[in-house]
Amino acid sequence: MPGPSHYLLLSVLLFGLGLTGVLVRRNALVVLMCIEMMLGASNLLLVAFGQQAGLPGGQAFAFFSMTVAAAEVAVGLAVVVLLYRWSGGTDIGEVRLFAGPREERP
Amino acid sequence: MTNHLLPLVTFFPLLAMLVLALVPAGRTAWVKGTALFLALAEFAFSLPLWLNFDRATGGAYQFVVQAEWMPRLGIGFHMGVDGISLLLVLLTTFLLPIIVLAAFSLEKSLKSYLMLFFLMTTGMVGVFASLDLILFYVFWELVLIPMYFLIGIWGGQRRIYAAVKFFLYTMAGSVLMLLAILYLHWNTLVPEVGRTFDLPLLLEHFRPAAGTQLWLFGAFALAFAIKVPMFPVHTWLPDAHVEAPTGGSVILAGVLLKMGTYGFLRFALPLFPAATQVLLPLLVGLAVTGVVFGALVSIVQKDMKKLVAYSSVSHLGFVMLGLFSLNVTGMSGAVLQMINHGISTGALFLAVGVIYERRHTRMIADFGGLAAGMPRYALVLVFFVLSSVGLPGLNGFVGEFMILLGSFPSQPVPTAIATTGVVLAAVYLLWMVQRVLFGPLANPKNQGLADLGIREMLVFAPLAVLAVWIGVQPQPFLDCINPAVEATLDLMRNR
Amino acid sequence: MNDGFNFALAVALIPLLPLGGALLNGLIGRRLGAKGSGALATLAILGSFLSAVAIFLQFQQLPEEARRLSFTYATWIHSGGLSVDWSLLLDPLSLMYSLFISGVATLIHLYSIGYMGQDPSFARYFAYLNLFCFSMLTLVLGGNYLVMFLGWEGVGLCSYLLIGFWFTDPAKASAGKKAFVVNRIGDFGFLLGLFLLFTHLGSLDYLALEQGLAGFPVGHWLPTAAALLLFLGAMGKSAQIPLYVWLPDAMAGPTPVSALIHAATMVTAGLYMIARSHVLFSLAPAALLTVAVVGAATALFAATIGLVQNDIKKVLAYSTVSQLGYMFLAMGVGAYGVGLFHVLTHAFFKALLFLGAGAVIHAMHHVYHHVHDHQRDPQDMRNMGGLKAKLPITYWTFWVGTVAIAGFPPFSGFFSKDEILWQAFHTGHWPLWLMGLAAAGLTSFYMFRLLFLTFHGRYRGPEAEAKHFHENPWVMTLPLVVLAVLSAVAGFWGLPHYLDFAHLGNRFQEFLAPVFHRGSDLALRHAAVSHGSAALEALLALVSVAVAALGLLEARRLYLGKPGLAEARAKAHPVLHRRLMNKWFVDELYESLVVKPVAGICEFCYKQVDGLVVEGMVNGTGRLCGWAGSGLRHLQTGRLAHYLTAMALGLALLLVLVFTR
Repeated sequence: MPGPSHYLLLSVLLFGLGLTGVLVRRNALVVLMCIEMMLGASNLLLVAFGQQAGLPGGQAFAFFSMTVAAAEVAVGLAVVVLLYRWSGGTDIGEVRLFAGPREERP
Repeated sequence: MTNHLLPLVTFFPLLAMLVLALVPAGRTAWVKGTALFLALAEFAFSLPLWLNFDRATGGAYQFVVQAEWMPRLGIGFHMGVDGISLLLVLLTTFLLPIIVLAAFSLEKSLKSYLMLFFLMTTGMVGVFASLDLILFYVFWELVLIPMYFLIGIWGGQRRIYAAVKFFLYTMAGSVLMLLAILYLHWNTLVPEVGRTFDLPLLLEHFRPAAGTQLWLFGAFALAFAIKVPMFPVHTWLPDAHVEAPTGGSVILAGVLLKMGTYGFLRFALPLFPAATQVLLPLLVGLAVTGVVFGALVSIVQKDMKKLVAYSSVSHLGFVMLGLFSLNVTGMSGAVLQMINHGISTGALFLAVGVIYERRHTRMIADFGGLAAGMPRYALVLVFFVLSSVGLPGLNGFVGEFMILLGSFPSQPVPTAIATTGVVLAAVYLLWMVQRVLFGPLANPKNQGLADLGIREMLVFAPLAVLAVWIGVQPQPFLDCINPAVEATLDLMRNR
Repeated sequence: MNDGFNFALAVALIPLLPLGGALLNGLIGRRLGAKGSGALATLAILGSFLSAVAIFLQFQQLPEEARRLSFTYATWIHSGGLSVDWSLLLDPLSLMYSLFISGVATLIHLYSIGYMGQDPSFARYFAYLNLFCFSMLTLVLGGNYLVMFLGWEGVGLCSYLLIGFWFTDPAKASAGKKAFVVNRIGDFGFLLGLFLLFTHLGSLDYLALEQGLAGFPVGHWLPTAAALLLFLGAMGKSAQIPLYVWLPDAMAGPTPVSALIHAATMVTAGLYMIARSHVLFSLAPAALLTVAVVGAATALFAATIGLVQNDIKKVLAYSTVSQLGYMFLAMGVGAYGVGLFHVLTHAFFKALLFLGAGAVIHAMHHVYHHVHDHQRDPQDMRNMGGLKAKLPITYWTFWVGTVAIAGFPPFSGFFSKDEILWQAFHTGHWPLWLMGLAAAGLTSFYMFRLLFLTFHGRYRGPEAEAKHFHENPWVMTLPLVVLAVLSAVAGFWGLPHYLDFAHLGNRFQEFLAPVFHRGSDLALRHAAVSHGSAALEALLALVSVAVAALGLLEARRLYLGKPGLAEARAKAHPVLHRRLMNKWFVDELYESLVVKPVAGICEFCYKQVDGLVVEGMVNGTGRLCGWAGSGLRHLQTGRLAHYLTAMALGLALLLVLVFTR
């Protein structure tokens, strides 16, 4: 029977994968997906521990989390669209925050 | 009425600045007239302080104003003057009309220039009159800003470097002082009042451990030592003076430097007497080093203003020596010498300004033989040089003699070394006079220079009168200073 | 107490009248014209003299014990333990000085009307001259050391202003500065002495200090140290070794200035100070010995330099230094009154000699002006000669002065100088006596050399010029005559015992006696004892006259005899001659030992210490901030991934810290 430790392990793995993806991957959409993965992993953990403690709060909070994730994805995709318009691609490595005037951008 | 005199004298210049702002900048005659009138008014307002000051109780604060400001933070609006601060306030208001009058020949942005001086006056008077530490700090920092602009805008070639250096250097010390002030605040519990920044209360109730006293004194001392300036934190001064416009140099030498010495006398020494005793050899040593080093370096200066700047380091070394003598004669002499230095060195900077205006150079080598063409100027320059050199009969001698006499009993060897400053001062000042005024009038650019006009004579006249008055009859001034110094020494002994 | 004679007012007038004169001349002198300006100044100082005379006459009526009056006019400095007032002290010492200062100064003011009449800056000159008199009189009349110091510095200032009077000449201006600075070196010692006295005795007032010193044993370190320090001040002001170097350079000033300041008055200030402090010095035998040795050495040393100088004023300058040495020698052996007697006689004949030299120079100038010659030096004796007939009054008065300074009886110099030599011998200082004797011989030689070169023989310039010489106006010759008379007869005020046939007594010493009986004036003690040695005294006097005569004869041989003898002598001793001509290279020595090293230290302080070390730290701090900033700037890459990584790492670190607490 899978116990809390299994869920914990899975959650951590998923979270770690997601984090690594956010830090390493250059494609904006992939970064967004990895962020979703991190959120999914924490949702999993919330539900698992909620179940183990017998509290409905875990699942309720997971719902909140998913709602927030949805809103965040909407905004994030809008940013990706802008990024595409701005640099012609979805490569976040090309973006320089606090960059100089337009001529300096590659 | 007397109760409101100090805030009046402190804040009237602020009001004056705003009034002056309303005068259209194009009408220079109006600007000059209004500014001069307001400056004289400020001086007139400060005269009742002198006339109504009770010399018998000169050690106690008079014209005290105590009002609530930020009671929950322990900050109060507490002002008052004793004999020492009275004279410094008067020095400030006395120099203001003179600087305004001297500035009439300024070519650019006269109005803003004069407005900045009024702002500074508020700050300076506030510094000397404050009895609350935060209030003092506010005014102390306030003074930096107009001075920065004065150097940075109306200054010479390296003005930005000099202005930034002046500002950062002074501020660095002040920040450390703020830290110490906060420490004082948090570690003193006054019964029925709680925590406070009020100086008299702190003096009564602050009882630190020996080790703490040392670093607290160090923090205050650093801030003040930079301002004085003491060796080795003095190097901002030559740059500031050389690059500043004439009026800026006069107020810098005349008043700003005294803020440092005043700070030692009012705060560092009374609050931390044990630390003073421990560090006394170091402090005396630095003071004497300042005297001799400043004089030696003055000798080889090629720029007149830099020469006078280093001479200030030397003269203020004397003042510091007097302060650390820890006896009445020496300390009173030091306070008197603060006033004297303001008069003599202020006048010397004005004199340099006169020929700078005519020739746009301050290099001694560019001059020579000026006495033949400008006899009145020669008289003025020689007069104030003699005042600076300490000729008996003029003001400089009284202060110098009292300082040396006062510090000899406790520090004979350092005093003897400092006395060589008397010889060295004669060397650098007379040599400068010789190269500038005497010799043949060879350089064609120096021929036909206009001698001092009426306005310029009026600028120097009050300074000359004071120089003679203090030299011959210093007692009215000493009567203010003596009780205040005695009170300070009492305070130090009882803590 | 004296049927209403207002001593206080009379004494105050003595210095204040010339001060008023100085101020008036400074303000409106130019409008008065040269004669008016000069007359104003002369009247002011004459007023001082008359006031001093009036005081003198009243003084004689007072009993001896009462001849010490102190007047306080106003407070000066009261602070802590220091309490000093504007006070004046009237006693025989200050009165004697006031009399001869104001008297000689009046004559010199009068003379100046003629000498400086053509100079465009006459008002400034007379203002300075009056200001000088004010300072000098304040110095001698002051009631405490601080008022004395005011006068002391004041005369230094006026000396500076007057030496550099023709300031358009850089050498002259420089000479003035040299005088002031060297004086200040002495003042350094003076001040330290005052600090020492005040610290241990609590006052700067003469009377209070005398009482305070009463309990001290002889040879105690305090009076010795204080006396030596005060003597340092005297060395500077009165031009003794090693601080005499300013005096010869001071000849750059107008000659009446040299006469007044550098012969009769300012240079005697050091002697006044020692006399005034005699109680202190008498407690310090080591200091007194130092004074005597320095005095004797200076007397001999300066005399050697005077032997070969060609500038008439330089000879007189070195002569002054030498004679001052005699005065210090007298002080040093405890014979204060005797030293002061030489001060008086020297004032007369040295002022006379300088004024006479000035008359000669004035006449030479006049002649050169006539022939439009601006190259030749009117002060060089090699250009002179044969002026005896052309300037008769000048010559005869100068002759009197020369005989007086050489020490031939019955003129005053003999009495004063001889008394000094006798005191030196009598108190056991034989080496010093010998030095003084040698110097006397040299003095006689160089003074007669000066006389012969200037006035005797034939005029060494072109024949045509000679007829332009004429005697100077009465304003210049009258003072010469008066001083000559004084130089001749003043000796009789101070007759030594063995010559006192009419039992007139030594009027001078008796007048000064009340001042010194409080101390240990050895002269008076010895005077009481020395009846038996009158014969020895007379013998020694004969010896010194003989030595002087030798000097005279040698000078006559070299300068009035066969021509070329002097040059031959010079060629025979080239090294010595060169050293003497160059004043033993003392100035050059100071330049290399003192001036250059100090200048080097100054440059070092400015360039290395301030420039490199201190500024290095300041600017270095600034650069450090800049460097740190530009280094840290690289963290701000602008790349999102880097910022996220940083956040993740930071979070991980925080978690670790929280969980390992």
